Amino acid sequence: MSLQLSRPAPLRQIEDRGGPAQPLLIAKGLRKWFRLSGGLFGRAATVVRAVDDFDLEVKKGETVGIVGESGCGKSTAARLISGITPADEGEVVLDGESFFAPRSRISREQRRAVQMVFQDSASSLNPRMTITETIAFGPRAHGVSRAEARDYALDLLAGVGLPPSRFGERYPVALSGGQRQRVNIARAIAMRPRLLVLDEPVSALDKSVEAQVLNLLVRMREELGLSYVFISHDLNVVRYISDRVIVMYLGQIVEQADAGDLFATPRHPYTRALFASKPSLDPRHRVQVAPLVGDPPDPVNPPSGCRFRTRCPIAEPLCAAAKPPLDIIPGSGDGHRAACWAAIPGSGHSLSANAGVLQ
Amino acid sequence: MHGALSPAADALASEVPPAPQRHQSYLRVVFGRFLRQPIPVIAAVILLAIILAAVGADLVAPHDPFQTRVSRRLAAIGTSDRLLGGDELGRDVLTRLIYGGRISLTMAIVPVAIGLFIGGFLGILAGYAGGRVNMAIMRAMDVFYAFPSILLAVAIAGALGPGLVNGILALSLVFIPPIARMAESVTTQVRGYEYVVAARLSGASTVRILREHVLSNVAGPILVFSSSQVSVSIIAASGLSFLGLGVSPPLADWGLMLSALRQSIYVNPWVAALPGAMIFITSMSFNLVSDGVRKSMEVRR
Repeated sequence: MSLQLSRPAPLRQIEDRGGPAQPLLIAKGLRKWFRLSGGLFGRAATVVRAVDDFDLEVKKGETVGIVGESGCGKSTAARLISGITPADEGEVVLDGESFFAPRSRISREQRRAVQMVFQDSASSLNPRMTITETIAFGPRAHGVSRAEARDYALDLLAGVGLPPSRFGERYPVALSGGQRQRVNIARAIAMRPRLLVLDEPVSALDKSVEAQVLNLLVRMREELGLSYVFISHDLNVVRYISDRVIVMYLGQIVEQADAGDLFATPRHPYTRALFASKPSLDPRHRVQVAPLVGDPPDPVNPPSGCRFRTRCPIAEPLCAAAKPPLDIIPGSGDGHRAACWAAIPGSGHSLSANAGVLQ
Repeated sequence: MHGALSPAADALASEVPPAPQRHQSYLRVVFGRFLRQPIPVIAAVILLAIILAAVGADLVAPHDPFQTRVSRRLAAIGTSDRLLGGDELGRDVLTRLIYGGRISLTMAIVPVAIGLFIGGFLGILAGYAGGRVNMAIMRAMDVFYAFPSILLAVAIAGALGPGLVNGILALSLVFIPPIARMAESVTTQVRGYEYVVAARLSGASTVRILREHVLSNVAGPILVFSSSQVSVSIIAASGLSFLGLGVSPPLADWGLMLSALRQSIYVNPWVAALPGAMIFITSMSFNLVSDGVRKSMEVRR
């Protein structure tokens, strides 16, 4: 750990097993449906399809951004990846070893490899603990003595830019949003993880503080050799921090590509609508009509075929009949995938023939 | 973009003006807020006086609680050696009210304490485990809710027979379900908070998470709710004694005294009303105090 600590960290570094070519995390076919009610006495159970068939690969040192509107399953996906909410189906492989599989336990030592940072809120830190106690809690659970864990926590506070002499004994109510978020980050990196899953880490912060926290995250990533899964609805933030971006709609991935590629040439009509809804500073690009109208459909009864078709400007009968696969789009950057019939050549969609020059 | 990194940490220091080094402990803050509310403080003083008098009855009480005197039967309030009047056997009502507080307060507080331990344990377990465990525990609790609480206490005490221990047992069973329900609802809420999720992510054991993260955050509301139940318990305990299901004569108990003096309400209504007044004042005070504590514990941001 090259983060400046005044003494060696009491938790050992988790060693690399698979080498640089092995992706750090592979999630395959993750599915989570939440049962709402019914199902007991013949009534059909109401099931919310929060996340369906979710695949993700995070390379070592890479940051993968996940974007999408509220309720699209981003946060559920984050909790499935970290194994804190058990997925109904699918598996997560961490550096070549099974991390999560349904009906299996994650060992304590394995658990610490993946940590989460949550959106700053009243409940992200225990109001009855000083921030030092909060950070020291995890290491203590791994057998570090109380005194040693406390010293380690104070070091980490300094590492995230909170002078321990002034902040160490404070309770969360005595901190600003940005400071609380630094504590959240310190708590996560105290476990010496390899992957941080950041669930809207800067969404509740004002702009100047947001930049500070983002810079801290970038610094941590380099100093500690971390990989990130970064969830946000803020496209600018995702673009700034991510190497690769995944776009989700109604529990499914609709497009994924390298960040630059995706922002330059979005292929899926939902991605384009999302980008168009981003306010522009240039008055010549002022949006006159809202690109997306209405709310996403009910995840209890998602539309047949392509889930976006009900709000899609280029939907055709084909889109209702069959679900488009998340295919590699020819003529785009490396690994650019989109689940849209119009982007897949020879699909039968009227726009698919000239898919390569769309947009 | 990396050039902008280093000033971040320095800029942070100016985010918020420096706060005092050491922060007041939570309990001191709550206590300070409590002292600023006049009505709960008065109630607390009255309650403390009643409890102290009951505990030190041997020192405080002016007479022997069992000493009868025919000439003082149903004496009026203010009679020379019967300050608050005499009862149907000429015993000193003031003395018996003081001694009666021992049994009445025991029968009020012990069942709630038992209910707090058992109900609190079951509720936290149900709330934290969720799913089927929650379903099993809470549906079992709901069975008790089918009966009005006083009726349930009377039925259980009736089945067990009269006596102090049986009365306490009957009342304990009455207070387990509401406290369990309260504990379950706050624990379910706390369990979903991100700090508990973060604790689970660290790999800490469930026992450790419950002890360090959950307990400290649910204890307050559960304790306050339980203390408000004491006022219910006093009335229920007096009810049991009134019906002859609590302690037996000649022991003094507010409910029992009320039952005995009820027959002389036309002869000397003021004396007859005194045990009832004690029940009312004590129950009310417990309620006001717990209300005051609840208000002092509210998180203000």
